[in-house]
Amino acid sequence: MTNATVHMEGQLHAPAHGAVATAAVHAKGQQHPIKLYLVVWGWLFVLSTCSYLVDYFGLQGYLRWSLILLFMMLKAGLIVAVFMHMAWERLALAYAILLPPIAVLVFVSIMVLESEYTHLLRVLFFATPS
Amino acid sequence: MAETVLTHSGQSPARLEGWRGIAADWASDQRAFKNVSWGKAMMWIFLLSDTFIFSCFLLSYMTARMSTTVPWPNPSEVFALNFAGKQIPLILIAIMTFILISSSGTMAMAVNFGYRRDRVRTAALMLVTAAFGATFVGMQAFEWTKLIMEGVRPWGNPWGAPQFGASFFMITGFHGTHVTIGVIFLIAIARKVLRGDFDVERRGFFTSRKGYYEIVEIMGLYWHFVDLVWVFIFALFYLW
Repeated sequence: MTNATVHMEGQLHAPAHGAVATAAVHAKGQQHPIKLYLVVWGWLFVLSTCSYLVDYFGLQGYLRWSLILLFMMLKAGLIVAVFMHMAWERLALAYAILLPPIAVLVFVSIMVLESEYTHLLRVLFFATPS
Repeated sequence: MAETVLTHSGQSPARLEGWRGIAADWASDQRAFKNVSWGKAMMWIFLLSDTFIFSCFLLSYMTARMSTTVPWPNPSEVFALNFAGKQIPLILIAIMTFILISSSGTMAMAVNFGYRRDRVRTAALMLVTAAFGATFVGMQAFEWTKLIMEGVRPWGNPWGAPQFGASFFMITGFHGTHVTIGVIFLIAIARKVLRGDFDVERRGFFTSRKGYYEIVEIMGLYWHFVDLVWVFIFALFYLW
């Protein structure tokens, strides 16, 4: 990006429209073909439709959960990698941002155990038979 | 300070790639994210902190839902809408999802046109993004109104576990607030882009560096993050 800034200094007085966008200007700064974005956009629609259909057809059990989580992760991956340009960022940044949320999974597993324990106690001592 | 170190020819020095690159970047006595500008790095770090906040909300919702002995309302039915005499499950949320994804698509293209310094298209695409965002918030207002009319409160609801209301208002409310803030900032930045503030160094927020359209990308990071959070809310709150 900074390079692009340097290159662009000379062109400031030209009208800032598409015509100015020479190869030198968009050599840097997350320039990707529009088609790539449209393809990702399309995939996000397809994956969202799939998630919705899982509910629409009333799938249950492990099948429902694997599909929902799979579509969720694929969508999240596409958004982060392409729309947020993480695929092209420096690895030092990518890992600094992507690794910490994985620690949340530890928190998730602790809370799953905790809530199952709480549920068990509630069933044993408080739940009124209905 | 915010500038990447450049050589005399204006080129960044070559950096190591892969794990060696990570080690070299983090071990040096310079900034760790070498060719990533401060603005972008700080937005990413803010988004990481926001990730933790949303994680805590979704986690407490998960804990409440898994530990309650009272039946949890079925979101598929709660968020169904009546179209031509037929109850269509979860349709409102599905439409909101498609709208938010579309806003992400237009935002990604706005970033691209920003770097090409195509001011009109950048601003137009940002305004379309803002319009999608506003539509989303509008539909959320409709959804809230409908549920409140049906008697859902943060402390109870007509269909079962009272925590449903608390989780619903907290999670969607916090997300809706993010969308609203995003819409306001999109409009503000789009106005600056259209007016050419980034070319003439007009004084004001984010406009101090000439020909520097990275703020559009940074704005985009925030916006895509809002969409990203919705992906998780959609899966974990509405489809569970």
